[in-house]
Amino acid sequence: MVFVWNIDVDPVGSLLWAITLIGLSGLPGLLLKRPGPGQILSVGITACAALWGMVGALRILGGAPATRYQLDWPLPFGPCELSVDPLSALFLLPLLLAALCCSLYGLAYLPAASQPAVEKRVTLFSGLLLASMALVLVARHGVLLLVAWEIMALSSWLLLMTDQQSLQVQRAGTVYLLATHTGTMALFVLFSLVKGETGSFAFPPAHSLALGATVTLVMLVAALIGFGAKAGIMPLHIWLPGAHANAPSHVSALMSGIMLKVGIYGIIRTVSFFQQLPVWFGWLLLLLGAVSAITGIALASAQRDLKRLLACSSIENIGIICIGLGMALVGLQSGNRVLAVLGLAGACIHIINHALFKPLLFLGSGAIIHATGTRQIDRMGGLSRVLPRTAPLFLVGSLAICGLPPLNGFVGELFLYFGAFSDGMLAELPVIGFVAPILALVGGLAVITFVKLYGAIFLGVARDPAIKQGHEAPLAMLLPMGLLAGLCLLAGIGAPLLLQLVAPVVIQYAGVSPLLFTQIAGAVPLQQIALVNGLLLAGILVVWLIWCFLVQRAPVAASSTWGCGYLAPTPRMQYTGSAFSELVTGLISGLVGSQGRVSGLSGAFPASTRFVTVTTERILDQMIIPSLRGVDWCLAWLRHLQHGHLHLYILYIFATLFVLMVWSQP
Amino acid sequence: MVSFADQLLVLVMLINFIMLGSSRMAFVIRAVAAQGVILGIIPGLLHPFSGHLLAITASILLAKGLVIPYLLNDAVRKAQIRREVEPFIGYVPTLLLGAVFTALAFVFAQRLPLAPEHRDLLFVPASIATLMTGFLILTTRKKAISQVIGYLVLENGIFIFGLLLTEAMPFMVEAGALLDLLVGIFVMGIVINHINREFSTVDTSRLQTLREE
Repeated sequence: MVFVWNIDVDPVGSLLWAITLIGLSGLPGLLLKRPGPGQILSVGITACAALWGMVGALRILGGAPATRYQLDWPLPFGPCELSVDPLSALFLLPLLLAALCCSLYGLAYLPAASQPAVEKRVTLFSGLLLASMALVLVARHGVLLLVAWEIMALSSWLLLMTDQQSLQVQRAGTVYLLATHTGTMALFVLFSLVKGETGSFAFPPAHSLALGATVTLVMLVAALIGFGAKAGIMPLHIWLPGAHANAPSHVSALMSGIMLKVGIYGIIRTVSFFQQLPVWFGWLLLLLGAVSAITGIALASAQRDLKRLLACSSIENIGIICIGLGMALVGLQSGNRVLAVLGLAGACIHIINHALFKPLLFLGSGAIIHATGTRQIDRMGGLSRVLPRTAPLFLVGSLAICGLPPLNGFVGELFLYFGAFSDGMLAELPVIGFVAPILALVGGLAVITFVKLYGAIFLGVARDPAIKQGHEAPLAMLLPMGLLAGLCLLAGIGAPLLLQLVAPVVIQYAGVSPLLFTQIAGAVPLQQIALVNGLLLAGILVVWLIWCFLVQRAPVAASSTWGCGYLAPTPRMQYTGSAFSELVTGLISGLVGSQGRVSGLSGAFPASTRFVTVTTERILDQMIIPSLRGVDWCLAWLRHLQHGHLHLYILYIFATLFVLMVWSQP
Repeated sequence: MVSFADQLLVLVMLINFIMLGSSRMAFVIRAVAAQGVILGIIPGLLHPFSGHLLAITASILLAKGLVIPYLLNDAVRKAQIRREVEPFIGYVPTLLLGAVFTALAFVFAQRLPLAPEHRDLLFVPASIATLMTGFLILTTRKKAISQVIGYLVLENGIFIFGLLLTEAMPFMVEAGALLDLLVGIFVMGIVINHINREFSTVDTSRLQTLREE
């Protein structure tokens, strides 16, 4: 009894127990021969542990002490410390929420009854992925973090390879594996330097490292590459669209909603080690964020694959978060407290928001794929009649991600706007003021992208008669989506609550007193916004009810949308998603190549032919892969070392041993 | 007793040369068995009598003197290997190389930072020389069975080094190493048989298609 009481009292302990339980939740299923009960058991364990852990995380954010736990094992890198401070709790909260939603969703999306071959694997590795991500967040030791980081990378890779027969999946998996290990290599550099400078792999206390300029530079760049590759910051995003598009939808939701944030967490954590940061780092992060935001959403607008589009929009959102972080760092280095508080608050709120609406959208895309069996937006249409419940939930997610009131996406960006305006009005050289037009541009492009997405999928009539018109998703899929959509609305209306949630983190890392924080954040009229949001929502509901009432009485005629005056319009004459975003795609053709191919059109009366368009990604397909080919060509001579002669291989060992023996001579 | 052990170690090094210079497979197998038996006796000379020591000595003698040679001979018979060693380079050059490596082993051992009570003993040079001989056999002989013998000699070299630590080495570790070796030889015997059946040769220099293109 005493034992249970202790767990109950200490929120960190309860979180650690929850993480352990989630990690092991897939194991019972492996021991059972029959598929099915294991999955249900795993969902039950994960859901209970997630709820339990969320209580713990909320208590930490509410000011409970961050107890430290020590794993005292005889491993060569020494005992490891685990702890949960407000920063970890801020990331753990959405993680546990996503664990709850995605595991429940998986019950219907990959049911054991119809997918016995992959269900056990997906259940096991989903639990491992969740637990390893959480372990990254609670580890206070470089090597333990790297171990968790690798488990995270490999289990997400194994989940991504669920449909391993498909060539597309194999390619996405290979790119992901290469990208993630390149990142891990950079992290090895980072933590080796930590060990070299402090004498231990344990994390140094916050704001304690004061190192030489070169070491600081190498550490920060390594952290940016290592964690940034996982977060999907722009030049390192190459793995992201393919991986998120090809994983099962609830796994994509986890990868996009949570795993990218773990990368962001890494950057924040590393930055917090340093006493004084070089000035350029904040600006660099700001610049990378701006580039990621604009190009990410531009890439998204050109996509024709539903999940690829969502994945590219994740790059945009990570960009917005990085803009906020960059703003905060610039503010900290220049002593501008207002900028630091507004930037960090904006970034943290957007982290939570993105973890609400992006899983919602990915889960919704799973329901769409479930019903239609395709990811091609241009072949869908009119699905709001087939999926009457998924459609409004997806709409909530789409509006939230565009940053439109009364939903939550608006709140985080508002802080960034306020930061930009305050700088624009006060600073001598208002460079950060330019963040405002960038955010506006990003917001505009996001609206185009998601109008296209929602319109092409749910409105009109089905464009391709070959696409099956499935049925509405089962309750186990709708329930998590409903929960997330409800939280999106709640976070929009209860915006001050969001600020409460991130306050401890901002106060700690922006280095301000709670009073000053209330003062600065008070400048953002959150109460009024919450009120307006509530009224807006009520107004929308009233209008919708009146409309429903009117529609019921009016006569209804079914016809294809916008006949354009044609006598015999067919569904294929509708505007497609590509047509809608044609203008934007043309403007950004430097980034996304959209190549159309017409074959065999000749003569006065050509026969029927095909027109195919392919969206290529310039950075991966035309820059990175050719440069890797070049490296391959340069290093081709090394292949001669691998000739297959066993004797000579042994000779290599012998020669190495011999050289080492001679070399070790004093 | 230590000086007697040193003389046995000289014998071990001489057996190294016998293995490098001889062309008959059966003779090489007998030589490696003899080397194993000599090494099995040495712990008994160095340390005071105990049940633990007796058990280890008995099991080493049994394994290295009887079981392993039997398994190897069995593999030779079953795979119908021609009774010659077939080296890549001739016997005389291998012998010369062996001599050079043994000399180098002595030079190297003298420069190692050893504990003072081990400094004047033959253990370290003999161990390194036997290791090198094992490597030489591994790299210069074509037949899969010679590779097995090479690994055995390599293991003998490591064993000599381990003799310095026998008192510190728990029984389980030694028994484990011995079991490892036995199972290893057993498996290799089977593998050789299969290589022979599949390719009708045991020439490992022909097994080179398994590589990345």
